[in-house]
Amino acid sequence: MSQKINIEQIAELARLNLKPEERVKLTKDLEAILAYVDQLREVDTKKIEPTSHVLPLQNVFRKDFAVPTRISDAVLSHAPKREGKFFKVPKVIEA
Amino acid sequence: MEPYQFSVKQAKEFSAKNQNGPSELTQSLAKRIQNFDSKVKAYVHFDPTRVLLPKDGKKGPLYGVPISVKDNIVIESWETTCASKILTGFIPPYDATVIRKLREAGAVIFGKCNMDEFAFGSSCETSFFGPTRNPWNLDYVPGGSSGGSAAAVAGDLAIAALGTDTGGSIRQPASFCGVVGLKPTYGRVSRYGLVAFGSSLDQIGPITKTVEDAAILMNVLAGHDSQDSTSADVPVPDYTSFLGKSMKGLKVGIPKEYFVKGLDPEVNQAIQKTIGVFKDLGAGCVEVNLPNTKYAVAVYYIVAVAEASSNLGRFDGVQYGFRHETSSLRDLYFETRDQGFGAEAKRRILLGTFVLSAGYYDAYYLKGLKVRTLIKQDFDRAFERVDVILGPTSPTPPFKVGEKMNDPLAMYLSDIYTISANLAGLPAINIPCGFTEGAGHASPLPIGVQLVAKPFEEGTLFRAASAYEQATQWHEKHPKL
Repeated sequence: MSQKINIEQIAELARLNLKPEERVKLTKDLEAILAYVDQLREVDTKKIEPTSHVLPLQNVFRKDFAVPTRISDAVLSHAPKREGKFFKVPKVIEA
Repeated sequence: MEPYQFSVKQAKEFSAKNQNGPSELTQSLAKRIQNFDSKVKAYVHFDPTRVLLPKDGKKGPLYGVPISVKDNIVIESWETTCASKILTGFIPPYDATVIRKLREAGAVIFGKCNMDEFAFGSSCETSFFGPTRNPWNLDYVPGGSSGGSAAAVAGDLAIAALGTDTGGSIRQPASFCGVVGLKPTYGRVSRYGLVAFGSSLDQIGPITKTVEDAAILMNVLAGHDSQDSTSADVPVPDYTSFLGKSMKGLKVGIPKEYFVKGLDPEVNQAIQKTIGVFKDLGAGCVEVNLPNTKYAVAVYYIVAVAEASSNLGRFDGVQYGFRHETSSLRDLYFETRDQGFGAEAKRRILLGTFVLSAGYYDAYYLKGLKVRTLIKQDFDRAFERVDVILGPTSPTPPFKVGEKMNDPLAMYLSDIYTISANLAGLPAINIPCGFTEGAGHASPLPIGVQLVAKPFEEGTLFRAASAYEQATQWHEKHPKL
């Protein structure tokens, strides 16, 4: 087994609370997948450019213009919690 | 023949000829679902009272044709959940571009199909709403992630359906259910309104009963969209013009690397027979090499999960869907995500977060992107010599519900033949090519063949697939529910 992972640190970065039993299982799963992925180390990629995207696309620009829309009400209508025209969340800054 | 059994072509003709055609069609399908979907569970949201029939007047190319939609494509005012708890209650305020185009063509947006949660899976078992079953044998999976779409089409619970394909999620379930499934070239169909999984890999495509139906739908779905910055501005041919043509002179490449350990003998046999039919129809078959095939799954499970972990960062319980109420914002994020995501989603979010994290980015993510280049170059070289590449869609026939749920890696390997087309952005199609006969299976289960072509050469796929379909009878077989 090669790569060990720090599940607490990764879960923190991913904003996930994990139950203790989940941590054990997920660590095992992830390490098994990473062991499989490790076969890529045998490939010589020194002179190879990465492909993040297959299309030969550059930035796509268009004019930015305002159009009338009634979407703001619709967007707020499925908020788990709202107040007036705002999404409502618990207090961020403590007094 | 009952209306629910129609192909897209037949449904079109039925609606054009009969004044109440669209209404009769949707009623026939609705009844079929009422009677049989409790067995298959292909749908997650279906409400016959909300199905809008097309307005009279100009009759578009899909006038009155009911189309079912995978639950990761947004439809205005219909709940869209991606089969995840975290999106329950999300009512999109707009139509995806593909939905708008279907409506403009006169299609009836019919119902929403089950899927693996956020399209993470190859069996339709990771759905928050429970698994969909294979209509050919209810003990087996329909494949995934577009398992609901494929099962609906195979079980005559839909006329045709939209699926999405990030690593095989249209083609593998089409193979498992014995139907046609096309993943278009990356950029061919707009992704606007598709809930993103792997943004450099995702494509929407049709799942249909016949090759002709897939071509008819692609005539409507394909084309540039200014709402999707990765949409390709490439002219769209009339795809139906490629149907019914001879295969004579078509150069077909058979990748040596696809016929190795892990390929089920019955699948191999069906593919060898298919190659024989291609040769009889005048295609020239040669061996080609795709030497980096063995790395495709490893590359995919770096690139796709990295993109997924980033895309799923937006689900935090603030703007839509499920929220776990707490007194602090931090806990709200952490608890909402913990309770809202299922096991496979967590696995992929964590893996993606890891390969992108400081200290591991170069060794994993960047390495994956470089090997992706090599996989793409394999295809570039092969396509200098051939027009299409032919091989199995899945290394095995459908497996049993529950069989691979505790072994994520075994599940991932069921996409070994489909993933490369996403990594390289190529169009690829599954067509039925046989059934299992062995004693290992209670009843015959479908086997599919995959054809891959150069970018934007969907027409070549339709030409080859249509000629093969006309020479065989696989598409005429339907499961009994």
